[in-house]
Amino acid sequence: MAVNSTVAAGSRAAPRGRGRRERGRARWAGWAFVGPFLVVFAFALIVPIGYAVYLSLFRQQLIGGNAFVGLSNYRVALSDPQFWASLRRMLLFLVVQVPVMTVLALLAALALDSARLRWAPLYRLSIFLPYAVPAVVASLMWGFIYGSQFGLVARVRSFLGGHFPDPLSSNWVLTSIGNVVTWEFVGYNMLIFFSALRAVPGELYEAAEIDGATQFAIIRWIKLPALRVAIVVSLIFSVIGSLQLFNEPEVLHFLTPDTIPANFTPNMYAYNLSFAGQEYNYSAAIAIVMGILTVIIAAAVQWYGRRRAA
Amino acid sequence: MSGTTVTTDKPAATTVGRKPPRLARRAAKRRGGPRKRPSVLLNILMTVMLLYALLPLFWLVVNSTKTQAALFSTFGLWFGGKFALWSNIHQVFTYDNGVFLRWLGNTVLYVVAGAGGATLLATLAGYGMAKYDFPGKRLVFAIVLGAVAVPATALAVPTFLLFSDLHLTNTPWAVIVPSLVSPLGFYLIWLYAAEAVPTEILEAARIDGAGEFRTFFVISSRLLTPGVVTVVLFTVVATWNNYFLPLIMLSNPNWYPLTVGLNDWNQQSFTAGDQSVYNLVVTGSLLTVIPIMAAFLYLQRYWRFGLATGSVKG
Repeated sequence: MAVNSTVAAGSRAAPRGRGRRERGRARWAGWAFVGPFLVVFAFALIVPIGYAVYLSLFRQQLIGGNAFVGLSNYRVALSDPQFWASLRRMLLFLVVQVPVMTVLALLAALALDSARLRWAPLYRLSIFLPYAVPAVVASLMWGFIYGSQFGLVARVRSFLGGHFPDPLSSNWVLTSIGNVVTWEFVGYNMLIFFSALRAVPGELYEAAEIDGATQFAIIRWIKLPALRVAIVVSLIFSVIGSLQLFNEPEVLHFLTPDTIPANFTPNMYAYNLSFAGQEYNYSAAIAIVMGILTVIIAAAVQWYGRRRAA
Repeated sequence: MSGTTVTTDKPAATTVGRKPPRLARRAAKRRGGPRKRPSVLLNILMTVMLLYALLPLFWLVVNSTKTQAALFSTFGLWFGGKFALWSNIHQVFTYDNGVFLRWLGNTVLYVVAGAGGATLLATLAGYGMAKYDFPGKRLVFAIVLGAVAVPATALAVPTFLLFSDLHLTNTPWAVIVPSLVSPLGFYLIWLYAAEAVPTEILEAARIDGAGEFRTFFVISSRLLTPGVVTVVLFTVVATWNNYFLPLIMLSNPNWYPLTVGLNDWNQQSFTAGDQSVYNLVVTGSLLTVIPIMAAFLYLQRYWRFGLATGSVKG
């Protein structure tokens, strides 16, 4: 077998200048490994993206059937008040829920790493456990807890004589959904941060102690810088997750159809346009707009993270 | 730096082997200064978070033991009325000609085929990216990265229309095929293989005349195990919990997974004039959560969580 030029990790450059003949034989071996994945990837992701772009350029007309309309669907989307309402709601969700969850996860990870907890593994596992719960089941459970019929909150409210907000009222329903999402993912983000903290070499702490650094100084100057990459990655996951918000409001929608309308999130709007309204072309245009928006926001988070590092 | 390397600004990971848990724990204890007294305040705060995490699950267990009437009439966070857990479970499995069992079987099928296939494909591909240089490699990286940024759920409608044209909707394939792609798994294995599989071993195997695939299955796959288990966990959780994809792809209840079926029962309960089966929704939810949690708690010991942020340890 030919000695292959390999690409090793990090910045170790691939050995170059091995015999051309030798290299040539194994040149394509990498494709045999990557190929099957790429075939399925193309079929399940690339082709649908292309198809979505194609669909978004057409419109089903009453007369003349399917007609090419150029960017008209996009123009409609950008001036569609229903779409803007869903977008505003989702951005509000994004700027509140993501920071709250990230800070909670960060604090929990720092507490786990502090070695001052009595049952650290118990806390770690329990707080992470909700990640395994399907979003549908999480939403059903919280929905029952929120609900007026046999909800826990209903009991609390009647006990307090109504001085407790109704979690499913239009003022609070976004917060209530934020709570479900936070419950599901705070432990996941906590573990991302915790494993980044575990990778900090112990000598750093020893040196800090010799210098007489306080715990807060250690957190500020050692732990938070070590967490930077983890925070950026977790923020990107959270942002993408928020932009795709669907399962939780969709399940709770049946509990409270008045306060969670069909265009509650952009994703719900696109879904309902397609499956209730048969407006496939317009729905595809909205999907593309959301895709572009996701790329922009995720890139901005990453850019900000890198800039802060420099 | 050659353009084909994994370009993350990860902290350079130095060691790969799994640290024995006890050693790791001792190492963790060493940090944080000489003041090792447990902090009362921290313990209280973490207990609050623990209760927050466990409260809905406790609610689920408690309410699975209630009859439908008791669900409405008794306090939600404690047992009340007749102990009806066994009859609820019996009812879940027999209701509507045992459709729940069918949904459970479907879910298992989607997890085994979808998550299993996704892990296999991601492992082969990530390993290929880490250990081989081949024409078009940079393009592969760019395409995968670019396509991942497009939200998967945003593609659901076009995927549905495409599959509909191919007459794949309302078949298990409609759920399994999209589940086979795990770009995250691909990326994690790529990072992991670059560190965990020494190039020297591959070269030695080649000199001994082993084929590339044989080398992979006999040698590399063992070195990759911790990374692969991590990907298995991610993909199993993702497919077991998948809702949106089967929701749009399937309209025949015989192919539903548990998530879609449960929400169907829930909707049926809310719709006026139909039969409410709240007790089945609650007990069915509990039965849906138990297997995935058991798998999760068992596998989490092997979970390389640091992979998500590019460190091979942890």
